Amino acid sequence: MNPAGTSEQVRRAWAIAKKDIRIYYSKGPVLIFGIFMPVFLFLAFFMGGRQLPLAFLLSGLMGMTLFFTSTAVSPAIFPWEGQAKTLERLAACPITIEAIVLGDMIASILFGIGVTAVTLLIALALGLSLLHGIVLGSAVLLAAVCFSAIGMLLAVPPTNVPSNIMMLSSLLKFPLVFISGIFVPLEQMPAWGLALAVCSPLTYFTDLVRYSFTGAHYFPVPVDITALGLCTLVFTAATMHLHRRTMPRRM
Amino acid sequence: MPAVIEARDLTKAFGAVIAVDHVSFEVRQGEIFGFLGPNGAGKTTTTRMLTGVVPMDGGSVRILGYDIRKEPVQAKQRFGVVPETSNAYVDLTAWQNLMLMGEIYGLDRNRAEQRSCDLLQTLGLYERRDQKVQGYSKGMKQRLILAMALLHEPELLFLDEPTSGLDVQSTQMILVLLRELNADGTTIFLTTHNMEEANRLCDRVGIIRSGRIVAIDAPERLKTAIDRIHRIEVSFDGEIAGDLLSGLAGITGTARTGDKWQITAEDQDTAIRSLVAFSRQEGMAILTLNTLAPSLDEVFLRLTEKERP
Repeated sequence: MNPAGTSEQVRRAWAIAKKDIRIYYSKGPVLIFGIFMPVFLFLAFFMGGRQLPLAFLLSGLMGMTLFFTSTAVSPAIFPWEGQAKTLERLAACPITIEAIVLGDMIASILFGIGVTAVTLLIALALGLSLLHGIVLGSAVLLAAVCFSAIGMLLAVPPTNVPSNIMMLSSLLKFPLVFISGIFVPLEQMPAWGLALAVCSPLTYFTDLVRYSFTGAHYFPVPVDITALGLCTLVFTAATMHLHRRTMPRRM
Repeated sequence: MPAVIEARDLTKAFGAVIAVDHVSFEVRQGEIFGFLGPNGAGKTTTTRMLTGVVPMDGGSVRILGYDIRKEPVQAKQRFGVVPETSNAYVDLTAWQNLMLMGEIYGLDRNRAEQRSCDLLQTLGLYERRDQKVQGYSKGMKQRLILAMALLHEPELLFLDEPTSGLDVQSTQMILVLLRELNADGTTIFLTTHNMEEANRLCDRVGIIRSGRIVAIDAPERLKTAIDRIHRIEVSFDGEIAGDLLSGLAGITGTARTGDKWQITAEDQDTAIRSLVAFSRQEGMAILTLNTLAPSLDEVFLRLTEKERP
């Protein structure tokens, strides 16, 4: 066994993911927050009298659900573990920082996909028909990885005070939702709004979800997939690199 | 004996403060090495650099032949760490903590379970293995941390104040286990404030002050080296004139207290040989002979006294 080999490190990352799910994700309040937060946002707009089609709003709900759930817990794991000194235990174990980050990302991906599946069932129950299942599945998987990487990126500042990170996280997450064509269709956005929207990976995911349910889209599907893939690569590489640099400062 | 830990010019600064200043030492295979020093002397920082938890600013560390900077995973695979503060996951049970460690160290499930059973039984935690750690006492948490560090049967064990603040039962259990582990070949690097513990356990101790190593030696050699003038207490089964003793080789002074003679000597070995030869020559028996070396506490205080206000 080569403990530093990739397959061995991926196995160890899976152990970290299982630990995260057991400790952080399977708690009632976390699950409730993950489901209720997007639902309430959705209802606020659904009942806001803007006469937007249900398919449009449910697609946005799926986008929000995946985004919020994938980034809900992961930013706070390092600060929590830094505070509890369990991160120091992991740092003394034969596991690389990249594998720890990957483990946290895997837990976040699974949580995001799981809660989003509930939203999908709600959408189907409300009468929406799924036209492009494979596109939706690929988009959910890709976006879950991308959003989890964003979640871990939010944890980069080496503070062990979770509230600091959660505040930073909210400051970034909420504006991102409003510029990503979730509540305002991209077609209706002003030029400056569109310029912001193209910078958000959530825009491409929401566009793919709408395509999956309605067949309509703003960007061509390959563009959406490529943009989401690029964002995933960039954010994942950035989070790995930055955590390697800041991790020692948490100890 | 090959060196298990080789630290060369280990240096770490926090801003303008140099916490560890060109520290060099070796720990040999199979020994228990005590690392002593006052609070803030750099013990924990040194240990964290040795275990790869924090990066060093300068110098090098080789653990079991692996450079901790270049091959950290290989090095960490072969040692275990018991930090001062318990850092098990309190939301997991003892068993879940051990299984997590088993997976992180790449143990197969059967081996991890067998080792966990053995260790929990040895450390008196088996009956409470399914209880969440947050309900454990400090001593139980520390014993669990030791079990987690030993799960993969490391060749080298780092312990930072393992018995600090523990009850007598937990302390004894841990010390007995450490002796057994060492007898089975495990090298132990022990950071402690407890001089009695260091004196009883360690083959050698290193004393650090203000980030610099001030002494490394066996506890007994440190005790005798600290004083140039050694004191010996001796009593015979007959009366002796003081001037006879003071004339013996190696003896620089004598004083009588009750039925004993307090001898001062520059060379302890020569003085004892002279006293034995003298008693034989005079046809007297030596009733008691004690070398009054300073305790390790005194050695520690003497070597670190510049730290004290």
